[in-house]
Amino acid sequence: MIDLLPEREPQVVRKTVGAPAADMACGKASAAGSVSQRACVFCGSRVVLYPISDALHIVHGPIGCAAYTWDIRGALSSGPQLHRNSFSTDLQEMDVIFGGEKKLEAALLELIAHYKPNAAFIYSTCIVGLIGDDVSAVCKRVAEKTGIPVLPVHSEGFKGTKKDGYRAACEAVYRLIGTGDTTCIGTHSINILGEFNLAGETWILRDYYKRLGIEVVACITGDSRIADIRRCHGAKLNLVQCSGSMTHLAKMMERDHSIPFKRVSYFGIEDMSAALYEAAKFFSGDPAIMVRAQQLVREEIAAIYPELQRYKQKLVGKKAAIYVGGAFKAFSLVRALRLLGMETAVVGSQTGDMEDYRQLQEISDPGTIIVDDSNPLELAEFCLEKDVDLFIGGVKERPIAYKLGIGFCDHNHERKEPLAGFVGMLNFAREVYASVASPVWQFAPRRANRAKEVSIA
Amino acid sequence: MIATSHLRVRWREDTDAIVPVGPGPTVPPPMEDAEPRSRHFSSTRNACKLCTPLGACLVFRGVEGCVPFLHGSQGCSTYIRRYLISHFREPMDIASSNFHEESAIFGGSGNFQKGVLNVLRQYQPQLIGAATTCLAETIGEDMPRLLHDLREKHGDSITAPIVTVSTASYRGTQIDGFHAAVKALVEQLGQPGEKTGAVNLFPGMVSAADLRLLKEILPDFGLNYTLLPDYSETMDGETWSEYEKLQSGGTALAAIAATGSAEASIEFGRTLANTETAGASLQKKFNVPRHLLGLPIGIRESDAFFALLSVLSGRETPVKYSRERGRLVDSLIDGHKYIFEKRAIVYGEEDLVVGLASFLCEIGVTPVLCASGGRSKHFEKALRDAAPALPAETLVKEVFDFAEMSELAPSLKPDFLIGSSKGYQIARSLRVPLIRVGFPIHDRIGGQRVLHLGYRGAQELYDRVVNALMDAKQETSTVGYAYL
Repeated sequence: MIDLLPEREPQVVRKTVGAPAADMACGKASAAGSVSQRACVFCGSRVVLYPISDALHIVHGPIGCAAYTWDIRGALSSGPQLHRNSFSTDLQEMDVIFGGEKKLEAALLELIAHYKPNAAFIYSTCIVGLIGDDVSAVCKRVAEKTGIPVLPVHSEGFKGTKKDGYRAACEAVYRLIGTGDTTCIGTHSINILGEFNLAGETWILRDYYKRLGIEVVACITGDSRIADIRRCHGAKLNLVQCSGSMTHLAKMMERDHSIPFKRVSYFGIEDMSAALYEAAKFFSGDPAIMVRAQQLVREEIAAIYPELQRYKQKLVGKKAAIYVGGAFKAFSLVRALRLLGMETAVVGSQTGDMEDYRQLQEISDPGTIIVDDSNPLELAEFCLEKDVDLFIGGVKERPIAYKLGIGFCDHNHERKEPLAGFVGMLNFAREVYASVASPVWQFAPRRANRAKEVSIA
Repeated sequence: MIATSHLRVRWREDTDAIVPVGPGPTVPPPMEDAEPRSRHFSSTRNACKLCTPLGACLVFRGVEGCVPFLHGSQGCSTYIRRYLISHFREPMDIASSNFHEESAIFGGSGNFQKGVLNVLRQYQPQLIGAATTCLAETIGEDMPRLLHDLREKHGDSITAPIVTVSTASYRGTQIDGFHAAVKALVEQLGQPGEKTGAVNLFPGMVSAADLRLLKEILPDFGLNYTLLPDYSETMDGETWSEYEKLQSGGTALAAIAATGSAEASIEFGRTLANTETAGASLQKKFNVPRHLLGLPIGIRESDAFFALLSVLSGRETPVKYSRERGRLVDSLIDGHKYIFEKRAIVYGEEDLVVGLASFLCEIGVTPVLCASGGRSKHFEKALRDAAPALPAETLVKEVFDFAEMSELAPSLKPDFLIGSSKGYQIARSLRVPLIRVGFPIHDRIGGQRVLHLGYRGAQELYDRVVNALMDAKQETSTVGYAYL
């Protein structure tokens, strides 16, 4: 068994039969030197706001933070593509000594004049506060000069965890909400929060809601525009998918605009269906919506079910490890894998909270390892101990799986295949199947050695 | 951007307008803006460079048993890991001292100590390579003092040496971090001693395949050597039976110690002439003569490298390599008509661009723009020295970014681009091929296996350039010849 760092021990739990869900330590800063898979506050903010495609996103700091986040996400736009650029004040030594405010102001004025965005987000990186830049004052001045909202994002990397970055993004975006005209918004209207249009997923979901007769005012932030966000307080319900990132925004909207919110997930047949029913139930004054929802679910499942069954036959009994950013996605993945006949043996997240982990323990099979803020050594060890066939994670987890001869499925923001909705479940099943069933694993030493042992015996 | 500004006006006047949804036609990205650039931008738009600590982390990954460690925020290590993993497709563990607010105010000594102890415990490394970040540098972290405090407090638990390097990301680019880390290694681990007859080779930021080639060439001259760094195995290794905490391979610590007693140092990089590099430091400190060459890309730069090896070893160039050179020349003749006076945009790290431009001039291609995000101030001179045939009108741009390149590119009418993946959108908008070389290659597999150096590397590059242009010709032909 792995020699866990002592400070990491409370963040790992093994589900035992019959025992009540244990309280897991979580939500704390990563242990120094532990090689956490997490990023930083800036990363959290950048991920959440990235898809707003008619806004200027400028990173105030030295070049790295902007360079590493240039056009890396699969968040699509049906219109402007401004979000796919990487703008940075690229602070140099002299700026650090004398301050970067002037450079930031000049940069903003030039970029806004040239690209004509509908708003600008200014991300503070680690050193901005330390060198004494008053970013808010710059934003105010530039907003006055240009007439567009210029919004500071307080995302200094070290000031908390990725979750604090989500919060900073919500705070920035919230300043836009309530500033647009809502008169034309109908009574059956929703916002989707925490959905980022990776590989066009928002478009799939918008289509479903349209078929139900529900108007999607804004998706925050997938394929969104500043104008949508300004008027989204006119919607009657908020559906929060990535709850880790957007619950804060939903709560602020509930407080100030009396819009209730529900947590949903669009991954897997069960959760996708539940998300549609949730909205239909909310608008129960119009029973036709529920009828249409049931019909949609029936049709969509019927369309994908035969192919899913084919994959299930090949995948039944296989074991998976899941390590993702937010725990809520992990719930859906556990259920989606179960639908394919697979068992989840390891499941963890970077930013789950106590309640998330309690729920994960409840839905997991006995023996499952549940882990918060893990690192490569632990994840490798868990994969070997449980002898998993598949790892679901992001780019940083991929080589861990591959080096051990384990199939890998990317469920991160960089993915280029839609995995949400019913069609997404089919894509997911195809990818899981392609990852597990490829003939290449027979040559990976771990499997090859095992085959040898079997043949000798 | 016309489309965007049009929409903006519409939305402003009519905020009730239904926002376009669904997978409609996407407007061309702003990068394709054909309007020539008319004014200077204070910002960097789509940088043609990365930050300093990235280079240092890669170097430390090329030392046997070494764990790279960044003194700063968690994000720095995670972003750099992700960026390197996407190119090399190998595990890349980088530890972080994971600053939080108190560390930024009161100093990161506590986090540094805790981080080092955790790394020693988890990885049992032979070395920790600690690089700073902009955060640590801005609050004035003094690494020697941090090391002193660490030893004072935890001396018995510190089971591996720690090399430190200052890599503030507001100073230089990834390549400066790379050279600084190599220098830090030889300065902090190099030992004086009886001359061993061995040669130090500091190749710069080349591919894993390049490193393997160098490791083949030096023994073929009968030379003992220290190649630093050497991530040819650690960043391009085999699949494992068990999880390897530290990938096998890398320059051995003993070999780094021996750099001080070597017969000579070879350092690649014409722009480094006035830079305090590992080679310069060893020359000053231990009288190890430094031979500075261009990256051996193409015929003449490779000739210079092989000639130097001949002198240092007292041996003729082995026939294996003269034959490689011979075949290369033969193929240049076979293919010359397909590429003569074709126009290329070359971009990336300065010394790579210098080598590529030299090679392209040799084969009859005209580099119309040589661009880098770096700021060595020696770029143009190095280029003109390495490629005397480079036309006077060729644009040479340092501190350049991809947005500037996209604005300039249409008027240059290039036939192809050569550089990292990050030029893809420009190549796509111009409908010309992109020859992927250097770092990063994020949209193909095998970036670590691209060979650039020596006659063999030139052969690979040459075949790829000619074939890309033949492919482009076929693609745009209305006839569709299968015989060219």
